[in-house]
Amino acid sequence: MTVALVLAALLAVACVVAVALPFLREPVARLDAISEPDAIGRRQLDLAERRDRALAALKELEFDHRTGKVSDEDYRSLVGPLRREAAEALRGLEPRAAVSDAGAATPAARGRPTE
Amino acid sequence: MPELGRAALVVSLGLIVYALLAGAGAAATRRRRLAVSAQNALIAAFGSTLVACVVLAVALVRHDFALTYVADHTSRALPTVYTLSAFWGGQEGSLLLWLLVLTGYGVLAVWLNRKRARDLVVWVVPVIAGVATFFSLLLVAVASPFKTAPAPLDGAGLNPSLQNPYMVAHPPLLYLGYVGLTVPFAFAMGALLSGRADERWIVATRRWTLVAWTALGIGQLLGAHWAYEEVGWGGYYAWDPVENAALMPWLAATAYLHSVMIQEKRGMLKVWNVVLVSLAFCLSIFGTFLTRSGVISSIHSFTQSSIGPWFLGFICAVTTFAVGLILFRLPLLRARTRLESLVSREATFLYNNLLLVALCLTILWGVAWPILTEAVRGEARVVGRPYYDFFLRAFGLPLLLLMGIGPLIAWRRASIRGLGKTFAGPALVTAVVGVALLVLGAGSSTPGLVAYTFSAFVLATILLEFARGTRARHALSSESWPAAFSSLIARNRRRYGGYVVHAAVVLLAIGVAGSSAYQHITDRKLAPGQSLAVGGYTLTYRKLEETKRANANEIRAVLDVRRGGDSLGTIKAGKNAYSAPAGQVSNEVGIRTNYLTGEDLFVIAEQVDEDGTVYFRVFVKPLVNLIWLAGFVFVLGSLIALWPDAREERRLALRYREAGVSMTAR
Repeated sequence: MTVALVLAALLAVACVVAVALPFLREPVARLDAISEPDAIGRRQLDLAERRDRALAALKELEFDHRTGKVSDEDYRSLVGPLRREAAEALRGLEPRAAVSDAGAATPAARGRPTE
Repeated sequence: MPELGRAALVVSLGLIVYALLAGAGAAATRRRRLAVSAQNALIAAFGSTLVACVVLAVALVRHDFALTYVADHTSRALPTVYTLSAFWGGQEGSLLLWLLVLTGYGVLAVWLNRKRARDLVVWVVPVIAGVATFFSLLLVAVASPFKTAPAPLDGAGLNPSLQNPYMVAHPPLLYLGYVGLTVPFAFAMGALLSGRADERWIVATRRWTLVAWTALGIGQLLGAHWAYEEVGWGGYYAWDPVENAALMPWLAATAYLHSVMIQEKRGMLKVWNVVLVSLAFCLSIFGTFLTRSGVISSIHSFTQSSIGPWFLGFICAVTTFAVGLILFRLPLLRARTRLESLVSREATFLYNNLLLVALCLTILWGVAWPILTEAVRGEARVVGRPYYDFFLRAFGLPLLLLMGIGPLIAWRRASIRGLGKTFAGPALVTAVVGVALLVLGAGSSTPGLVAYTFSAFVLATILLEFARGTRARHALSSESWPAAFSSLIARNRRRYGGYVVHAAVVLLAIGVAGSSAYQHITDRKLAPGQSLAVGGYTLTYRKLEETKRANANEIRAVLDVRRGGDSLGTIKAGKNAYSAPAGQVSNEVGIRTNYLTGEDLFVIAEQVDEDGTVYFRVFVKPLVNLIWLAGFVFVLGSLIALWPDAREERRLALRYREAGVSMTAR
């Protein structure tokens, strides 16, 4: 009984320490905000998703065409819009480089703290 | 040391409640240290629950009958492996296992995504903690496995049906599946709560869903094999409520695994995917409720308890929360693209989804019917096997056909002329197989004939896909044929792993159709020396044998088996009478497998009389072993699909780097 209670007390103390650890390590945090993508980051993420989707679809279309699953006629009608989608997403992503460069020079320019 | 077990559970509850409250507070106020503290609480809760599990396992092995749970579910004569499996043989132990797996999964999910989806994870922690709070509360306040009483000299023993090797693995696998569905649900809710409706929650959880889905599928197959060998009624699936309880979330997860591809490829069905993930999770809780509450009579339910209302309340709360959140975030989930054609890959996935969900809801209606009728009329009415069989054929056969059609159609749209060319080969194979089956006499069962013909179509399309793909890779890269085949799979593991899983479903369909539509059954009372004939076999009853084991008295009827004049040896069937639990008797069936044809000769000794006569029921089940073979193929396909894909990892890492999101991809 006593051993069990001692072990239980040790377990409880260890758990409390684990929970309190972030505050024990950093009693006063310089930055205590969770980093998250800002509005530009979210838009870039959306564009990157669209670009990847279009590129993956193009790759799959090429392969299906090569295996004979997609006829020449279907291939011609599908490939154009997919290329346009990929190109649009890529164009949207291009200005990011400039924004990123500026952001790298001045981290606060992103509007959200980083870790 | 029951005190340590109890204390560990109380500590777990405290930590989980803290993870819920602090996690929600941190996510709402975006406070980093508080969020890490909540994550640490979840990790510590896992550790504390593990301590409670170790205490219970030690008590089981040491036969500490002062613990009511140990006394109620084990005895001194019980073999050690079943003494340990008694951990999940009863309600309290099962709930403890639920909590352990849930907190373990939660820790793993948080750790794996700590960098790649931090802004989602802060919301995932309180959602997982919310679910864990329910189970932790049950364990502390309602169904503690550490209740004590004056120790009896010996325990009551484990239910004889649970003393089977399949029962050692079947429940934990089901739990891995049920609980695993919590993680995608938590990420989906996290995405909605945080307002981040991009694909990251899908990227973070698709492997989790696949793992949970695989575990649930294998768990069900093991359960079916257990029922086949142990319950001794001559079948493997009886549409029992508890069996259905595992099938429903599996069907919903199957639908999700298909529809999620539409979101990834086309950016469509965002609302539908969140609904499916929530449905699968709610059904997994409903399944646990059915198994654990004893609300419905079932051969698989070994518990009668009062926790039913708690579960119902929790299911209502979760459903309300999920529906409310989805409605609140509807504007975020609007798709930009639309279905271009009703003849396209995404359209076949959509049809597949509608059929899967229709089958799932039909089964749900059948399971809920006795509860509803009892609540309204005061008398429970059970839906019978014909109801389920009808809908299995109505929805299952078109699903089987769609498994063959889908891979042949391209994404977005396909012209009729192009389709004609693609379908010509598989259609020809199907027609030839259909005619051959008719000639061989398979026309005696129309559903069986249709299932076989559709299966031939699906197999033909799968083989065609592998053959065409390998040829294209061989032509593209000048690799050897085996290298081209290997690189084909490595370059698109999900697609080709999926095809292997489809092959497993075909084997399952052939096995089910063969063993149900074309089986032979006979029953007769025989005295020693008498014979019966069934499905080409002749069985002659020779004698009774009796053996005394540590915890059971075994009686076996010995029968000689002959086929076409050839002796095939003997087969034994009988019963075990257990000393603990006293008076319990189990059916021990005799099975003779023909590994070449996949056929089983299945003998049940229904009644053994004192004068030595035995009432036998004998089945001949063609192709039944394909069902178990399907399990191995299913695991292989799942492993291929689950295997990490370095190319995809790099692509996702690049995507997140370019987007400036501070995370690495997976």
